[in-house]
Amino acid sequence: MRPRHRHLLFLVAGAGVLGYLVWGMLDLSPFGRYPGPYGDIVNAVAFSERHVLNVVTAVIFDYRGFDTLGEEFILFACVTGVSLLLRHEGDEQGDRCSPKPRRESSLEQAIAPHASEASRSCAALYCGLILVFGVYIVLTGHLSVGGGFQGGVILASAWLLVLVAFGSPALHRFARKYAVEWFESAGAGAYVLIGLASLLFGQNFLTNILPLGEPGQLLSSGTILLINCGVGIEVSSGFILLLCEFGKPLQHQKPVR
Amino acid sequence: MNSFNTLQLVVFGLVGLAGTAVVLTRNPKRQIFVAGVYGLFQTVLFYLLHSPDVALSELAVTTVGLPILVLLTLARLEKVK
Amino acid sequence: MSYLPYCVAAWLFVIGLYGVVTSRHLVHLIVCLSVVQSSTYLLLLSIGFRDLPAQAPIFSDVPPGTPAVDPVVHALTLTDIVVSATVSALLLALVMDVQRRRGSVDPETLSPFRE
Repeated sequence: MRPRHRHLLFLVAGAGVLGYLVWGMLDLSPFGRYPGPYGDIVNAVAFSERHVLNVVTAVIFDYRGFDTLGEEFILFACVTGVSLLLRHEGDEQGDRCSPKPRRESSLEQAIAPHASEASRSCAALYCGLILVFGVYIVLTGHLSVGGGFQGGVILASAWLLVLVAFGSPALHRFARKYAVEWFESAGAGAYVLIGLASLLFGQNFLTNILPLGEPGQLLSSGTILLINCGVGIEVSSGFILLLCEFGKPLQHQKPVR
Repeated sequence: MNSFNTLQLVVFGLVGLAGTAVVLTRNPKRQIFVAGVYGLFQTVLFYLLHSPDVALSELAVTTVGLPILVLLTLARLEKVK
Repeated sequence: MSYLPYCVAAWLFVIGLYGVVTSRHLVHLIVCLSVVQSSTYLLLLSIGFRDLPAQAPIFSDVPPGTPAVDPVVHALTLTDIVVSATVSALLLALVMDVQRRRGSVDPETLSPFRE
């Protein structure tokens, strides 16, 4: 079938799908009138049951903690898949991030060709601020807006700044592959170990077994804080690994046939 | 119309338009910037829908994470070709 | 008019699918796929929204009894966003592999029935 005919066929089918979707959505409650009981129940009991101020964090890491465990492993599997797919790229030694600076690679020219002193100075200044901000967002996930995911991506953006302003040799110097992989595995493993630890106390998997503390304090809400930190470490390490993989120097690339 | 305020209505329209613009921009190098703007509109919309957690996550991912990965991919695709 | 958010979500879904079907570059396809995924964020958050005086489900500076929007859909959307980003990264790595093996990133010429 020619592409034009295929596109016309899709326009017909797409209009049908759009109509069907809208027809189905007209049965939902109108916008702004959320009727369901589940959200109201969680809002009412989360503070007293978990001593947490951010109910969304309590839902993610406690009430629906098992779903977040699955999502952690999706992230882990995707980063592993990217590492596997791009293992032949880069230098001849395989997928080790080499610490030697490479002056003849062309990808650094593409990423930071003429990085000026101004951009390098600003990047050096902002990296520290971003790291502090990221740690703050991760740690206060249960107190205010924040959490492991948001803070993890913000932490990884400090390394992104290094990559963009200084090139990939500098990134490889600040992110040794074995260390970042270790941190990522530690973050994912910590989630599972915290869940298993509650089995030792005779509770269900991923029950909140630690003392809950005072609501509003940093050390409160039991295992939510620990899982938050674990997820923050894992997400940031995962994104740094993605940056390492995608930002590898490109050398002697020939297409595989 | 009584469930909206005007700002939410405007931002919903902007999100719809920006999503269409992302799809209709065929050149990937330009498309990723339009996608970044689309992510910003979504962030504002999520904030107006009283979900600051989701807005923060969307901001970090769509304006920082995704463009850098796409641009690195495009750079490699050009070098290999 | 009170169903406008759902219609915008459905429109984004279908227009993203249109982009996927008519794409001529695999990276363009991946970004259109992320548009499809973002329609689900919009749908989820619109379902859980409640009018004023409901506020965000974060009780840092208000007493914990104030009416708030649904926190469960926020959790689902957060998961969705992170998964979408990482799956896009995996797809981009696949695109690099396709370029290495087939020499082209145009879906029209990458049909398995050719060559």
